[in-house]
Amino acid sequence: MMCLAVPTRIISIDGQMAEVDIGGVGARISIALTPAAKAGDYVLVHTGFAIEVLDEAEALETLQMLKEMQDSAQQAPGCSTAGQR
Amino acid sequence: MKFLDEFRDPALARKLLAGLECRATRPVRFMEFCGGHTHAILRSGLRQLLPANIRLSSGPGCPVCVTASSGIDRAITLARQPGVILATFGDMIRVPGGRPRGQINSLQEARAVGADVRIVYSTLDALDIARSNSAREVIFLGVGFETTAPTIAAAVVQAESERLPNFSVLSLHKLTPPATRAILDAGEVQLSGIIGPGHVTSIIGARAWQFLPEEYGMPCAVSGFEPLDILQAVAALVEMAMAGKPAVSNQYGRGVKPEGNVVAQELLKRVFHIVPAEWRGLGVVADSGLALRDEYRSFDALGRFPLPVEASQEPVGCRCGDVLRGVIAPPECPLFGRVCTPDNPVGPCMVSGEGACAAFLQYGV
Repeated sequence: MMCLAVPTRIISIDGQMAEVDIGGVGARISIALTPAAKAGDYVLVHTGFAIEVLDEAEALETLQMLKEMQDSAQQAPGCSTAGQR
Repeated sequence: MKFLDEFRDPALARKLLAGLECRATRPVRFMEFCGGHTHAILRSGLRQLLPANIRLSSGPGCPVCVTASSGIDRAITLARQPGVILATFGDMIRVPGGRPRGQINSLQEARAVGADVRIVYSTLDALDIARSNSAREVIFLGVGFETTAPTIAAAVVQAESERLPNFSVLSLHKLTPPATRAILDAGEVQLSGIIGPGHVTSIIGARAWQFLPEEYGMPCAVSGFEPLDILQAVAALVEMAMAGKPAVSNQYGRGVKPEGNVVAQELLKRVFHIVPAEWRGLGVVADSGLALRDEYRSFDALGRFPLPVEASQEPVGCRCGDVLRGVIAPPECPLFGRVCTPDNPVGPCMVSGEGACAAFLQYGV
C-alpha cells in the first residue's frame, strides 16, 4: 500500500479491465486511470490499477544517460574510493 | 525491455558510486520522501555504499505511519458497528491507535473480538464484497497518497454508476507536497535536496514539485525505485546542489510525465476536495488531506456513521513522529529493536512492510 507499483505487461483488454502477466502469473487489473493503454504495453500497477503506461523510449534514454555518467566517472581523477568498500 | 533488470546492474552502480564522491565537494544531506525509496536504499545497501559526504534521511512517505492515532481509533469504532464489514489494505490492521492500555487498540484486536475486518489488495475487491453482501455495510479504509487516492476515487465512481447503496469510504488520504513544505518550513533538518516520490509523481506530474526550487531554492530529483534509479537521482541532486542551480530533475521519465496522469487528477478532483489533515509527526497540515465532495456524500463513511471519537494519545516513548520528519534515524529511538519490534510494534513506523523503523531493523542497519 506504500506507493509500490510493479511494471507489468498487458496481455489483453476488455473494457476498463485488462489481463496482465505479473511474474508469470495472470491477473486482472483496471485500466480506468490509463484509458490509452493497449495490449502489449507495460504499465505500472498499483493496488489493482494501472497508474501509468511505461515509456520505452524514456527508459532507453535513462539507460543511455547512466552509461554516459559511468564513462565520465571513469575519467574523473582521484575519485576511486567510493563504491569499493 | 522488462523495465526492471536493466536498472539493477551492480557493476554500473559501483562505477556511478565511484564518480559521486568527488562530485560532492562538501557534505550534503538529501531526504527521500518516499518509504518505498527508504526500503530500496536499505535493501540494496546504498546507504552504506554512498560516500561519507552524502547522507540520506528518510521522510514522511509511509501512508500507514503518518495516519494519526485518531484515524485508527475512528476506523476501529466503525469496524465494531453492527452489520459493518471494514475492508482495508493489509498493514493497517496492525497499526496501534491511541486508546488507553487494556482497550481494543488496533483493527486486528477488533477482529479478534468479533469485528468483520477484511484485508483486500484493491478497492476492486472491496466493491466485490459490497456486491455480494447487500445486507451489510461495507466501509473501505481509504489510506494512501496521490498514488492510491485515484483508485479509491475510481471505486466511488464505480459504486455510484452501479448504485451500490452499501459501499462507503473513510477517507484518510494525504497529499505529499504540503507535507514536504511543512518539513522545510519547520527547519529542523538541514537538507540540500529532495528525492521526489516516483509513483506519487506519476499521478501529480514532475511540475508539481516546481515550488521546491522556486520557493525554497531546493533541488528535487524525481526517482524510480531500482538501485540505479536512486543513484542517478542522487547524482542529479549532487550536481544541482554543487552548482547552486536548484531545479526539478525528472530521473524517472519512463513512469513520470511533466504533467502527470491527467485522467487520474481529474478523477481526484471529481470525487474529493482538499481539506486540512492531521499527520502523525507533523500535526494538522493545511490543504494536505482529501475528503469526499458533497455530491458523493452518500459514499462518505463519516457522514453515514457520525460517531464520536474520544481524544487519542500517541504511544508513550515512541519517536515515530521524529523519524517521519527526518529529525532522527530509527536506531536513535530508545524503543527501537528492544521494546518495539515488527512482532510487537509500539508505533506505526515499525509495522511490518511499511515504515523506516521496520526497514532499518529488517536490513540490520
